[in-house]
Formats: sequence, C-alpha cells, structure tokens
Amino acid sequence: MMKKVFGRPQSMKKNIFHYCAGCGHSIAHRLIAEVIDELDIRGITIGVPPAGCAVLAYNYFDIDMIEAQHGRGPATATGIKRILPDRVVFSYQGDGDLAAIGIAESFHAANRGENITVVFMNNAVYGMTGGQMAPTSIMGQKTTTSPAGRNNVLDGYPIQVSEIFSLLPGTAYIERCTVNSPASILKTRKAIRKAFQYQIDGLGFSLIEILSPCPTNWKMTPIESCRWIDEVMSKSFPLGVIKDLPAAAKGEQKKGGPRHDG
Amino acid sequence: MMVKTIFSGFGGQGVLMMGYSLAHGAMSAGYHVTFLPAYGAEVRGGTANCTVAVSDDEIASPIASEPNNIVVLNTPSLYAFQNRVAPGGALFLNSSIIAVESSRHDVRIFKIPSSEMAEKLGNPRTANTVMMGAFLKITGLVPPDIYLSSMATVMGSKKKSVIEINRKAFAAGHEFLKIAE
Amino acid sequence: MNKVLMQGNKIIGEAAIRAGCRFYAGYPITPQNEIPEYMAERLREVEGGVFIQSESEVAAIHMVIGASAAGARSMTSSSSPGISLKQEGISSLAACELPAVIVNMMRGGPGLGNISPSQGDYFQATRGGGHGDYRIIVLGPDSAQELADLTMDAFDLADRYRTPVMILADGMMGQMMEPVIFKTPKPRAYPESFIMKGAGAGKSKIIRGLILDPLDMEEHNWTLDRKYQVIARKETRHELFKADDAELILVAYGTGARIAKGAIKRLREQGLRAGLFRPITLWPFPTNELRDLAKKIENFLVFEMSTGQMVEDVRLAIQGRARIGFHGRPGGVVPTPVELTNVVMRKYDRKEGIIDHY
Ligand SMILES: Cc1ncc(C[n+]2csc(CCOP(=O)(O)OP(=O)(O)O)c2C)c(N)n1
Ligand code: SF4
Ligand SMILES: [Mg+2]
Repeated sequence: MMKKVFGRPQSMKKNIFHYCAGCGHSIAHRLIAEVIDELDIRGITIGVPPAGCAVLAYNYFDIDMIEAQHGRGPATATGIKRILPDRVVFSYQGDGDLAAIGIAESFHAANRGENITVVFMNNAVYGMTGGQMAPTSIMGQKTTTSPAGRNNVLDGYPIQVSEIFSLLPGTAYIERCTVNSPASILKTRKAIRKAFQYQIDGLGFSLIEILSPCPTNWKMTPIESCRWIDEVMSKSFPLGVIKDLPAAAKGEQKKGGPRHDG
Repeated sequence: MMVKTIFSGFGGQGVLMMGYSLAHGAMSAGYHVTFLPAYGAEVRGGTANCTVAVSDDEIASPIASEPNNIVVLNTPSLYAFQNRVAPGGALFLNSSIIAVESSRHDVRIFKIPSSEMAEKLGNPRTANTVMMGAFLKITGLVPPDIYLSSMATVMGSKKKSVIEINRKAFAAGHEFLKIAE
Repeated sequence: MNKVLMQGNKIIGEAAIRAGCRFYAGYPITPQNEIPEYMAERLREVEGGVFIQSESEVAAIHMVIGASAAGARSMTSSSSPGISLKQEGISSLAACELPAVIVNMMRGGPGLGNISPSQGDYFQATRGGGHGDYRIIVLGPDSAQELADLTMDAFDLADRYRTPVMILADGMMGQMMEPVIFKTPKPRAYPESFIMKGAGAGKSKIIRGLILDPLDMEEHNWTLDRKYQVIARKETRHELFKADDAELILVAYGTGARIAKGAIKRLREQGLRAGLFRPITLWPFPTNELRDLAKKIENFLVFEMSTGQMVEDVRLAIQGRARIGFHGRPGGVVPTPVELTNVVMRKYDRKEGIIDHY
C-alpha cells in the first residue's frame, strides 16, 4: 500500500481557493488547517474571518466560523472566548483590518491578554479593495492611493504591529514569519502550532504576523513577490520571534535555579 | 392626594438622601412614589436637587410643575425654586445658612436652623435629617417610625452610631417646630 | 415578590441579570453609567457572568455579537453618541439573526449634544439605525415597572425572533427611582442548534451576513422582511389612558407620555376630555390601533422631546382621517405637565379642533 504524504487537511472543505496565484492567504489557510488537525481541535475551534480578501475563509475551513465586520474580529473573538473559555478561538486579519480600522479592537484585546490567537496577514496593501495603501505599506511603496510612493509627510510610517504589541504585558507570544519559501512555510506552521498550543494551555494572547505575498496588487509575478519579501519587505519588518513570554520564563527557571538577589 | 416636594442644596448636604429616604418611607407607608434626581451637568458647580412625588394614586408625571413643598438648604436653592411652589404650599429653609427672606407671601414658611442644631448634636452632617424631622412634622406625609426605619435602610451599611445620631437629629427637627409654633 | 425602590438604570441591570443575561460589554457615557457599573458588580456574583469594559462602543457591540453567537444572553447599553457607534454591529446582528439587547438612554443631540433627557433618536431606532434593509424591535418604557418588565421581555423577543431588541428610554427614565416588582422570568427557550460552540464531531457552521449573489441576498432580505411582518402582527403594544370618552388624544411615549399623563389630569380638571395613546413598541408601531382610534376621534396632538419624529408615524397611521397637532421640546428640555396643558389649551378649540394643522 502506498503511504499518503500529502492530502487535504480534514479541517478544510473541498472547495477551490478563489485567491490569486501566488497569494499568501491560501498557504496560511492550509497551515492553520493542518495545525488544527494535528492538535485534534477541529471540533472545538471557532474562527473569525475578516473583511478583506479572506472574507470567504469559511468556505475553505471546515470549522465553525463567524464573520466579523472590518477590524472587529478581536472584539467578536473576545465575546466568544469569554463565554466559551475551553474553545480555541482565532481571528484572521489583514493589515488594513488589524492596523487601521481595527487597531483599537486588536490593541485592546492584546492588552487585556485575551486568550485568543490572531493570525495577522501583512501584505502591505489593501488587497480586497484593489491595492490601496495600508498602514503597513513600506516607505516609498507605490499603491493606488500613494501613487508617488509612501511619503512620511503625507502618510506617516509603516506600523510595526508585532513590535508594538510585544510591549503590552498582556501578550504572551508574537512571531513574525513569512510564506515565501518551503523553509519559511514550515517555520510559520511551527509558529501557528505554538500559538494554538499556548492558547490551549491558557497562556494568553498570541499573534502570528505573516508577511504575505500579494502579487496582484504588488504588480509582480509570484516569484518576484517572494523575492521582494526577502529583499525589501522584511527589511522593514524583520522576521523572527519577537516575544515568547512562556519560553523566556521557562528558560529563566532552567538557567537561574533558585535566585539569590543579594 | 398628591404631594410633590423639591429638595435642594449644595452637593454634600445630603439633599439626595432626603429625597431618597422620603420616597422609601412613603413607599413603605403604602403610597405611590417617584424620586427624580437632577444629574450630570446640572449638578456640576455644587448644587444638587431632587423631586419626590407621593400619591395615593398612580403618579402621572414625576416632574413638579408646581411643587407643594420645597426644602432648601442654601440660598441659591431658595432663589432657584421659591417661585415654583404652589400657592398655599410650604417652604422649609435652613435658616443657619439662608439669611435672606423669601419673596413669597402666599406660602407657609418654616425656618429651621438645622446646621446649628446638627452642630449642637455633635454631627454637622445631620442637618438634612433635622430638616426631615421638621418637614415630616408639618406635612405628616410619612409616620416618623416608618420614616426612621426607611432612613436606616437607605443608609445601608452605615455604622450604628451614625444611624443613632440621625435619629436624634430627626427628633430634634420634629420637636423644634412644635416649640416654635 | 418584594417591592423595591430602585433607580431606572439599575432596574435594567437587575432585570437583565434575572432574565439570564450573562454577558455585558459597554463603554461609559452619561446618563447610563449606572448600567455598566451595576452589571460589573452583578455579573461577578452570578455563575458564568462576563463583564467587559470595552475600549469603545464599537468594540462592545462586536463583543456582544461573539457572546451571542456563543450562546449567552447578551446586552450592551449606551446613550445617543455611543449608540451611533454601535450601529455597525446592530446591523450585523440583524443580518446574522443573532439575539441581543441594546439599551439607549437617550440624551440631547445631534453631535455631542448634552446629557439631559431627550427623544431625538426615534428615527435612528425605529428605522433600523445602521445600514441595510432591516428593523429592530424597539421598546419604549415609561415607568420603572416597565423598565423591568420590558427588559425581561426584550431578551425573550430577541431569542424568539433572533433579532436585536432595543430599549429606548432617556436620561430621566434612567435616573428616576420608582418602586418596582421583578416578575419571575420565563426559562430561556433558545434552540441549541443556533449556538456556535465548535463543530464537535458534526458539520461545521457558518454565521455570516455576507451574501455576494444578489439573488441570494434578495432572498435573505425577504426572509428577514417576512420575520419583521410577523413581529409587526404579533408584538405590537400600546396603552390607552383615559381615552374612552376623550375628544382629544395626546400621542406620546416614554418620558413624554409621563408628562402627557400629568397634563391630561390637569386638562380634565378643567373640563377638557383629553386622553393618551402611548405606543409601547415604537417598532413595530401600533399603526392599526391608532388608525382605529382615528375613526372616532378627530383631534390628535403628538408630544415629543424632539423636533418631531414619531409624529411622522402618527401621520402615516392616521392617513388624514383626523387633525394632528404637534408640540416638541428638543435639546434636553423636559417640559412640565403645566406647559403641555397650556399648549393643548392654546391649540385646541372646542369648535375648530386642533388649530395648528401640522
Ligand atoms: C467599515 C468598512 N469599511 C471599508 C470596508 C471595505 N474593505 C473591505 S476589505 C478592506 C481592506 C482589506 O485590507 P486588508 O485588511 O489589508 O486585507 P487584505 O485584503 O489585504 O487581505 C476594506 C477597506 C468594509 N468592508 N467595511
Ligand atoms: S489581491 Fe492579493 S491578497 Fe487578495 S487574493 Fe489576490 S494576491 Fe491575495
Ligand atoms: Mg492587506
């Protein structure tokens, strides 16, 4: 008998993605579904998709999902999680959704340390509405609403959501990843898994930022897009673990042993 | 029977407490009641007032166009409300603080030096209860024993000694007008 | 059960708790701060209670959406400016057919306005309020007892029709104390199948308002509309006060109705047979009941603490069958019964009827 090495995760429906070729959303969806399968939490997971290109995420995930208005995902997720604390609740948000219209809901959910997970798809544009400037568009980036390139005088600076949120005592785990290569995809999967595991363990708010290619609005081929993330975008948004409170605490315990503070 | 009363004074003089305890007492005595405090911006700048309606019938409006009584603990309140009292109604003044005369001649006026009386009893904060003693003496709206038990109820978790001094203050106000009349 | 003397805002809180409300999110705004304060206290005491002081009214209503979907009886409250912010979520609740109770303790507006009692949000409330083709049930209590009763009813109605229900009152209703008896609430009858809990071993569920195909969306609109028509047929409520022998009917709701009742007593003392028609459900508006009254009464005078909003529903109901006058005091002014009495005397001529034909 042949061993199956690749198949559709159980937490995905048999629908074909509507996303553009080379789009990061479909990769991120799949990774989340794989993690849900792996942790065997399909039956207790509730997802909150955003307004944005991923608005139809519930057509792909075979889990309970409730749509949120633009930016309000973390508020809706808060309501669900507080009523059903033993469920795994995640909101899935774009950069416009999280860092512009929903910055208050996101920031405060993080600050309250809601025990939820946010998957933050940073593609440096408003994908769904046609490539307008996002709060995370990088300096000089040309978009339909920054035709001369993002200019700090007119437009301010790209918001480093992960770094800022990591300053909030309520956040437990924040990592910035990308999905532009097999290696980075595997890393992202691990990060998502850790975030969900932390939530299951009751450790608090986690956010996985994913630098996500949007070839359509970047006006690049998928391959150029992947390269652009490496060569340009990740210079403004450095990859890596930005905060891992539980791991830090564990490390401290191991390293320090009993403390003698003078 | 329908009796509406406005209580007014500085914030901190216990004006809302007077209204609340009267409403509670009247409810306990079997009447229909409403208690309407002025709130928010109206009470910024240090004044407080409330309207209490007591009736043996359902109360249509909790607002007093022409209150039967007003109880005022400071001078600005006298100016604010004296013209609203219905002719033949009653005006209760804290004469320790209000030195001016009312411009009304068609109402009964009762002057009670309640701040001084409260001071003498050892607790200046009971001036409002002194007024209530006098007020209920004249209006007879609620029997004293019912009122006093309502007062204790609405004071809630306050210490026994506080309740006790308020009982004394009430008695003093109640006695005062008998002597004066 | 005992009669207690309680402030309107707290009555709403207590009635909600007794009705089984276990989730409240809100943002402070005068004159309704006692509601979140009361809920913060009480939701600590009851099992499974959740209170969140949210970062904004927008966040609060979206938290309510989540909690409602997750199966909790949920409530939020605010006053006019905050209710404007909640409209996005109220529209979502209607679209997704989720139950929730929203309290609006109206204050003077537009804009920041002031914090005094007002009735300027009638249009917003009774026309749905947010974007899209929907209505919400709007209840207009005029006493402490009704604040208690209608709050409990609001949760039942919200569940029965899976729709947001608004308690539309004002600062005066919220601040006033009156004796109240809390009735025994009915046990909740809300099908498990509507609750989102995770798919378990079964099929996954979607709750959404996004329906991209216009024909499907149209069908959803008509489905909602049919529901609204059932609500209009079954849930309309009103009160008649001294209307039996009346030759003039005042139409007013909430605080306005209390003032009107006071005025009617005075008018009757002066020999004028005035009565009151008081809509209790502002949506659905008691259109037929008012129209029936117009068959025998020729003179109506609408009184609102606004420049005239409900008066349009009165005109729609009466359809020219009677004369309709209007008296309004917007901006947070609460007129006395004497003022309204004088207005009626001035506008009403025994021979001519209502003179200012509005
Ligand atoms: C209140 C509101 N304003 C605007 C929109 C329109 N809108 C939908 S998605 C979107 C931007 C999405 O951008 P982002 O969050 O970055 O997600 P992406 O599509 O890039 O994944 C906007 C502006 C909306 N749905 N609701
Ligand atoms: S527009 Fe961009 S983000 Fe949206 S589906 Fe296409 S590639 Fe993905
Ligand atoms: Mg984007």
